[in-house]
Amino acid sequence: MAEVNETGGESLQRREVVKALLADRGDLLVVAGLGAPAWDATEAGDHPLTFPLWGGMGGAVMIGLGLALAQPTRNVLVITGDGEMLMGLGSLATVGVTRPTNLSVVVLDNEVYGETGQQKTHTAYGVDLAATARACGFVAASVVTAHEEIAPLRAAIHAGAGPLFAQVKISSEQMPLVLPPRDGAQLKNRFREALLGAVAHTAA
Amino acid sequence: MDTAGSDWSQQLYETLKRQSIKQVSMVPDAGHANLIRLCEADGEMKLVRLTTEEEGVALAVGAWLGGDKSVLLMQSSGVGNCVNMLSMLSVCQVPLPMLITMRGDWAEFNPWQVPMGRATQAVLEEMGTLVSRADHVEDLAPLAEGTLRIAFNTLRPAALLIGQRLLGAKTFGK
Repeated sequence: MAEVNETGGESLQRREVVKALLADRGDLLVVAGLGAPAWDATEAGDHPLTFPLWGGMGGAVMIGLGLALAQPTRNVLVITGDGEMLMGLGSLATVGVTRPTNLSVVVLDNEVYGETGQQKTHTAYGVDLAATARACGFVAASVVTAHEEIAPLRAAIHAGAGPLFAQVKISSEQMPLVLPPRDGAQLKNRFREALLGAVAHTAA
Repeated sequence: MDTAGSDWSQQLYETLKRQSIKQVSMVPDAGHANLIRLCEADGEMKLVRLTTEEEGVALAVGAWLGGDKSVLLMQSSGVGNCVNMLSMLSVCQVPLPMLITMRGDWAEFNPWQVPMGRATQAVLEEMGTLVSRADHVEDLAPLAEGTLRIAFNTLRPAALLIGQRLLGAKTFGK
């Protein structure tokens, strides 16, 4: 089942990566892009301060940016897929201009559109998302391929010295669906209540 | 600088301040130039330059999750770039006022602006946005105030279209 990556090691598996990144998450605020990253985040543990997306393709990084600007003392992690990231490439430029230190973007890159029949994405043809992020002004941007790089990535996400970008190469095997709640208003309300307290329902 | 434009931009800016807007996202338009300058000079507002207007819709979702009120400034052609992203505002009941300067209506010079200008209001309404329209300068401030209030009080997208009759149509010197 395990694939072998280009450097000869065993390919990273998406669920293990997400579970490791979300371990002991502390104050971390999380946005999970639509499709498999949302299922991965849910499998790691549904949480009121995780906002899983069922739509808005191409918008995950911008949601993270709005959140990071609103909550400058909290670290924000966007976990999304390569297809979702490609649809919102311009948002990397927008983050590069805004430069919030508390924002991290992790792209789980399996080089395919997994939800629609494993069609290849642009990254399968060599489009380098990490280089794009670096060129847009992210202070750190790397391609992650090995297990031993995940713990340092988690530490960097919590260090708040971003904006940080990581393109994590993962195997393209499909995992069982683990679905988060679907009601967007409920997801929003529980997030705001957990973050802001009772004022979440009275402030306007 | 157009003094009349500067005057109503000041009124719009004061409306944003009264409503405690913290994040102002925009793709620039000539009609919004004064307002953008005012927001950029404001130490309490975060001005976010977008590469495309739909980014501002997603930004508003994140801002609201984090407790910030935001507003999106754009030209009517940008509404077409936002369509799918607007779904999130309805589904998640996220407030977003949009101040939209019109192209492709009264006295338009550029034929390529007309299709989206004609479709702007219908597209917004189809996606669940409340729409008002200002064609006279004396209506602008009260309509803007109402657009912001209904968005935040009732948790939905609301747009104010600012007509070319009010802005003055771009003529390319013709």
